Amino acid sequence: MAFSTPGSATVDAPAGRAPAGRRARSHYAIGLRRLARHRAALAGAAIVAVFLLGAVLAPELAAHDPTEAHLDFALRPPTGAFLLGTDSYGRDILSRLLFGGRISLTIGVIAVALSFCLGVPLGILAGFYGGTVDHIVMRTVDVWLAFPGLLLAIGIVAVLGPGLQNVMLAIGIAGVPGVARLVRGSVLSIREESYIEVGRAVGGSDAHIMRTHVLPNVLPPVIVLLTLRLGAAILTGVGLSFLGLGVQPPAPEWGAMVAEGRAYLQRAWWVSTIPGAAIFLSVMGFNLLGDGLRDALDPRLH
Amino acid sequence: MHRYLAQRLLQLVPVLLGVSILVFLMIHLVPGDPAQVLLQDYGSSEQIAAFRHALGLDRPLPVQYGTFVWRLLHGDLGRSIHSGRPVAAEIAARLPYTLRLAACAMAVAVALGVALGTLAALHHRRFVDYGSMVVALAGISLPSFWFGLVLILAFSYYLRWLPAAGADSAASIVLPGVTLGAEAASIIARLTRSSLLEILHQEYIRTARAKGAGAARTIFRHAFKNALIPVLSIAGLQFAGLLGGAVIIETVFGWPGVGRLAIDAIFNRDLPMVQGVVLVAAVIFVVVNLMVDLLYGLLDPRIRYS
Repeated sequence: MAFSTPGSATVDAPAGRAPAGRRARSHYAIGLRRLARHRAALAGAAIVAVFLLGAVLAPELAAHDPTEAHLDFALRPPTGAFLLGTDSYGRDILSRLLFGGRISLTIGVIAVALSFCLGVPLGILAGFYGGTVDHIVMRTVDVWLAFPGLLLAIGIVAVLGPGLQNVMLAIGIAGVPGVARLVRGSVLSIREESYIEVGRAVGGSDAHIMRTHVLPNVLPPVIVLLTLRLGAAILTGVGLSFLGLGVQPPAPEWGAMVAEGRAYLQRAWWVSTIPGAAIFLSVMGFNLLGDGLRDALDPRLH
Repeated sequence: MHRYLAQRLLQLVPVLLGVSILVFLMIHLVPGDPAQVLLQDYGSSEQIAAFRHALGLDRPLPVQYGTFVWRLLHGDLGRSIHSGRPVAAEIAARLPYTLRLAACAMAVAVALGVALGTLAALHHRRFVDYGSMVVALAGISLPSFWFGLVLILAFSYYLRWLPAAGADSAASIVLPGVTLGAEAASIIARLTRSSLLEILHQEYIRTARAKGAGAARTIFRHAFKNALIPVLSIAGLQFAGLLGGAVIIETVFGWPGVGRLAIDAIFNRDLPMVQGVVLVAAVIFVVVNLMVDLLYGLLDPRIRYS
């Protein structure tokens, strides 16, 4: 679009509402630079990186097979051969943690991606067209939001049955209305901007305008929301697995590991508490990063 | 105000209608034949057919939905497949436990959250501020079931101060209440801080200080009045969230509330019970949110309803 990249910085559009193209990218560049100076965000990014690396390199890093039982070594405290101890089947907790990160973190990422893919189009359609479309979408969102988050996910799992896929689906669906509502709000605030009008004037179709002008401008707050939601989605996922509704044993899922260790809490504290600490740390990492991203990308949300 | 109230109550109708439709559809969304699902795959084909007819599952969906709503309006949530007792009665027996737990958690959340947030705001950009906010962020990042287990380990097993499970004594509610309230406390702390910071920079606070009011008096008499209004609204929303969180907490602490009831029902494939709990939770959620909205207006005369 020729009109969206005038290349001059004299137009005083507020940050985050710049049209797509070069200036929109520079908005992200500014954000990234701010992020690089944000110490808490850097700490968060470092924590997240460690966990992601651990998950990706699990086969290389793990000293033992995550599902292999060594009954002679059951409930060993953290020592040399088993750095973080063993569980009731004598399985190496560190190896299970590394492989478990693949499951627990993936659930969060896929669920949030699903909320994003459904929520963003819904929000854009509602905000862009207004009227009946908006009414239908927003009333649906109201109904959706009437179910307290975790209960909606539990209800969906109750219908679909437990398991990895259904948990991702349940958490993803439960997150849609929040995204749709945020996006709709942003679209409403940019709908009357002159670059949208220009896009229309030069004969751009609705779909084209939504894709090239609306979408890039509603993304910053959505990215912030999604990063912050990532931690919550991981927590919901491990929560469901802890309840026995998610990933089933013997898969090394963090929430399920905490649940398995409950019976030995007094005798072997490490079986439950170490996987729980891993959940806590990784979610803290995502939340630190999300807070930093919010400060850097979207000062309006602060 | 009356017109606003009427308007808000009217807005509830489509939401509750939607909720009832979704809950009604739950049984039909389960893969497979509803009658067979309800009989948990037991029974001969004749038995299943008879069951289907008895429950009206052979009638058209709109008719079934009509019957469903008609029964709901009479307080009939169906019968539990597992126990055979009315769902409404089972929920009514458990609900007080969950509400008591949520109230206790809310008290913990408000007390801790407001204290931490105020502390942070008063020490803006100093160590106490950063420290409090890290604690608050940690509170949001805690997996509640793990936090609960750590508290049990510390206060029940090692220190032997508090019971680890059950609801037998007054002390039983302390650990689950604190665990459930931790996340809400963190959210309230963050909001109290930003809300107070905004207000502490306003003219009337400076005036109060200039007239010789001490720091404590300024905070408690002048700033809190306005700063706590948004906190109240978030607290209301959090209360509803606590109902969801209670599902996990009740499992960790063996607390006999509706959350535990819902999980047991899922494992027993007792769908009418699951439907009942989801429906009741949604209705409570919606009603609490409405009450928070109305209270908001009563406390803040700047908000005019039209």
